[in-house]
Amino acid sequence: MASVAFRDVRKSFGSTHVLHGVSVEIPDGEFVVLVGPSGCGKSTLLRMLAGLENITGGEILIGGRVVNQVPPKDRDIAMVFQNYALYPHMTVRDNMAFSMKLAQAPKDVMEREVLRAARILGLEALLDRFPRQLSGGQRQRVAMGRAIVRNPQVFLFDEPLSNLDAKLRVHMRSEMKELHQRLRTTTVYVTHDQIEAMTMADTIVVMEHGHVRQAGPPLELYDRPANLFVAGFIGSPAMNLVEGAVTPDGFRCADGTLLPLPRHARPTPGTAVYGIRPEHFRLDPHGMPARVQVVEPMGSETQVVLRIGEVPVTGVFRERIAARPGDLLPVSPDLRLVHLFNKETGERIAPAMEETHA
Amino acid sequence: MSAAAEPHWVHARKEPTALARFFDNKAVLVIACLFPAVGLLTVFLTYPLGLGVFLAFTDTTIGRRGVWVGLENFQYLASDPIFWGAVFYSVFYTAVATVLKFALGLWLALLLNQHTPFKSLIRAIVLLPWITPTVLTAIAFWWIYDPQFSIISWVFVEALGWRTENFNFLGSEWPARFSLIAANVWRGIPFVAISLLAGLQTISPSLYEAALLDGATPWQRFRYITVPMLLPILAIVMTFSIIFTFTDFQLVYAITRGGPVNSTHILATLAFQRGIPGGQLGEGAAIAVAMIPFLVAATLFSYFALARRKWQQGEGND
Ligand SMILES: Nc1ncnc2c1ncn2[C@@H]1O[C@H](COP(=O)(O)OP(=O)(O)O)[C@@H](O)[C@H]1O
Ligand SMILES: [Mg+2]
Repeated sequence: MASVAFRDVRKSFGSTHVLHGVSVEIPDGEFVVLVGPSGCGKSTLLRMLAGLENITGGEILIGGRVVNQVPPKDRDIAMVFQNYALYPHMTVRDNMAFSMKLAQAPKDVMEREVLRAARILGLEALLDRFPRQLSGGQRQRVAMGRAIVRNPQVFLFDEPLSNLDAKLRVHMRSEMKELHQRLRTTTVYVTHDQIEAMTMADTIVVMEHGHVRQAGPPLELYDRPANLFVAGFIGSPAMNLVEGAVTPDGFRCADGTLLPLPRHARPTPGTAVYGIRPEHFRLDPHGMPARVQVVEPMGSETQVVLRIGEVPVTGVFRERIAARPGDLLPVSPDLRLVHLFNKETGERIAPAMEETHA
Repeated sequence: MSAAAEPHWVHARKEPTALARFFDNKAVLVIACLFPAVGLLTVFLTYPLGLGVFLAFTDTTIGRRGVWVGLENFQYLASDPIFWGAVFYSVFYTAVATVLKFALGLWLALLLNQHTPFKSLIRAIVLLPWITPTVLTAIAFWWIYDPQFSIISWVFVEALGWRTENFNFLGSEWPARFSLIAANVWRGIPFVAISLLAGLQTISPSLYEAALLDGATPWQRFRYITVPMLLPILAIVMTFSIIFTFTDFQLVYAITRGGPVNSTHILATLAFQRGIPGGQLGEGAAIAVAMIPFLVAATLFSYFALARRKWQQGEGND
């Protein structure tokens, strides 16, 4: 096991700059998820850590050692590819034993290690099959098995679940998390799915356009997004973000609608973006009248698309909502959980909200 | 969503005409679809092949309809040293040329599969020997191997001064045999290289990356990833290459005509020699028929030994 560090890592393909100075410190044994929209450079960063792409600038450290010039096989990492990259002409057993075969490990050690990994992943019955004879989930597991037999310092996963169906994905998610709790190997996991990130990570690193937008524990990102991008990316359904201006009376939206701000906190007046998560609206007889547009009952909760004045917002309520489209539903935001962002920079307006929590 | 009272619009179905029903009949369709293929095969493939095989069992000569002589032609050939010489050289020519073509072709394919500058230009150049008409190739090599004007002799004698006399490429039997093989290899490499390049490009780059992380050296990546993944295509290309080489006629006939002293006859040139200039059609046909077992054996070998790979099939558990 080892820690991993990215120090101001840059990458360009020719004149295309893909990563613009990424710095992340990953402590030993942690499960870190790199998340961001497609094309933001997550895979590139992971492949640079693996040694499959050269490093344009900055440093990458594994276990405190700079590995910029270390060839992939000497970095002591194991990677699971998005398409699994199983050797099609080898059985499951040979796929898993390949790295040991290259290292000329003794036969009995090879067999023992393969069986150990197969037992962890429940692959014992499939050892003599070829990849073609396996289902998607089984292939995914073989790819993990191939990584496990290596006993690496760091596991790298590049969107390992994106080729699985929804149900299997949920299952494999908890299986992988459990595996990490058992093995405690430092893991860097890439995904574009913020739910995967939230459920699996010790630390989430949110990336956009080759920049790290915020890094921290999942709930911290959820509770205190550092900027508009993270606010909109983390959480489903996404946070309501409304443009307008802070005034002495509250937050005035473009159409004149007034949204309440915390009473004690009075941020400096000026244009800003008002953020409130759907689940932080509550039904309140004294609240603002909101016109119901669409009601989506999900059993455990109800998602409602509302219009406050002219401002469209989404609300999620634990209660069952009997209202029909066109009805008026009085709601109010939980004032302790209102976020304000600078409209120009997208940064969180911190001091105001700090006071709210105090 | 429309009112239920409104009658649905139904697409009017016309009764099929008698002609349409006739063409919809399965038996008629089967015959109609098979006829062109079967007809073409019969006229252009089966008939000449059948005629050739038939002639092999007759004593036909040019200008005289022969009679059925059974295995007489083959019995005669079995005791003919020139025929056995041609069998030997056919096998030798095919084996050596195939090995060289595949070694050099694979090497070239691996080079072209790298990111080299001017890749498409090099690929186009590589194809040149293949698109050159064979006779042109033959004439070029005939000139290259000429006892007096050979460029190779010129380089060694005049330019480098390493030798005092010209090479005699085609004058004695072993140099002539190897000279023909060299010409055949030159001509055959593009086919092998381009086919194998197509095969190389179907191998997913992530397999190489996975092997790289697993600690494989370049040689091990070649040995454990490239070779097994390429084997099915290699088998097919090799089958074709063997057939083309074994049945080669133009190069050999144009460069040496089987000489000196029949030492470079392959079965195809000997068959032609005996059949057309020699007029012994029956005997020539018998020589040609003698090629069939070799071709069948080569095809079966590469098909069963190389092409069938269990991992490619979705078979059940062992
Ligand atoms: N080999 C390459 N050459 C040029 N551009 C590349 C290459 N690989 C990736 N890119 C570009 O880098 C950006 C980041 O890609 P990637 O890391 O794959 O994104 P993702 O976050 O979806 O995994 C993309 O815009 C992509 O077009
Ligand atoms: Mg990616």
